[in-house]
Amino acid sequence: MTDIAVDTDVGAHGPPDARPASTPPPGAGGHGPPPVPSFNIVPVRALPVVGVVLIGLVVAISSDNLWALTFFHVAGGGLWTSLDLFLGLVLGPIMGSMTVPSRVEFTTKFMPRMLLIMPTLVAVTLGAGFQLARHVGNLEASYPHHGWLVASMVIVGVMAVIALGLLEPANLAVLFELKKPQPNGERIGRLMKVFIYTAGITGVLQIATIVIMTFLASR
Amino acid sequence: MTSAAPTPTPGLAEPDAADLRQAELPPVMPIAILTLALVVSGGVTVAAQYGRAAHLTVPSVLMGVAAALLVANAVLLARIGEFAWPVFFRVLGWALLAYLVIAGILEYVFVYEHTPARLLTLFSALLLLFAVDVPLMLAYSVARWQPTDAA
Repeated sequence: MTDIAVDTDVGAHGPPDARPASTPPPGAGGHGPPPVPSFNIVPVRALPVVGVVLIGLVVAISSDNLWALTFFHVAGGGLWTSLDLFLGLVLGPIMGSMTVPSRVEFTTKFMPRMLLIMPTLVAVTLGAGFQLARHVGNLEASYPHHGWLVASMVIVGVMAVIALGLLEPANLAVLFELKKPQPNGERIGRLMKVFIYTAGITGVLQIATIVIMTFLASR
Repeated sequence: MTSAAPTPTPGLAEPDAADLRQAELPPVMPIAILTLALVVSGGVTVAAQYGRAAHLTVPSVLMGVAAALLVANAVLLARIGEFAWPVFFRVLGWALLAYLVIAGILEYVFVYEHTPARLLTLFSALLLLFAVDVPLMLAYSVARWQPTDAA
């Protein structure tokens, strides 16, 4: 799945809301539908970076180093939240207003990176977070604010179901659709909406998690 | 939506073969999402009891139902006649690799923490379900839109 790199065109099924841009007006001569740039579904060159981050996480957990655990949890969680909010509230509306060729080009460059970035951030944040909570004693049932921690676990659980059950499948389906000789623009638009909206929802849920986390950290 | 118009009307899209096939497909995604929700609920239920004598009845039931749903989903999938199986198995293989690594890291945390055997068994089972269910969702969500003769 990593080595498909073919040039494809958005054909007769180009995105509906922008078809006037890709379909020349009658008698205008026109220059056909926008091309889909060659791209890899999984950016192989970025895999070593992911490997280094995951190895760092394992080292942080095995050394039980408080700074390293805090770093991975806070940095991972901060990036995860920021990306989700940025996607849902900033980038989503901007993408909606872009021309089809720009949107297609942006999608082919952006979505493969997200395929690696998001699962890595989730694994780092949750792995380091669980170990950090155990290290400082927050995980213990006897911890005075244990209820808050359980509430954050429930929120993270809901986010995980949304992200893994809706967001990531949509991300992958868009990339495979763009690899078709005749990508279905209407389908891509539909799947991109799922991706952007679910990213926004998880971003909002992240704010609830941050409220709880900062509350616990200040106790 | 219409498939009869020779020139696509701006704002409308023609359904293709993959669109028309969707109604015939079993409800794999809803079942897989429900499975994931049960697995996550089981994990949260166990994690919430960390540090005290854990009651494992509820998470065990959640895990059992999730496992049954996953098997049922696999059976439903296997009964689909025409499907983009090459694409499905290609995505499934890579996603399994990725999610087994993620599950392995989480398993490592539990083992490193000397999690009691009963809890570790339950966590491991939940992680295994997680590591199989998510790739299944990813593979299905891609293959369902691919031409059935995709090779």
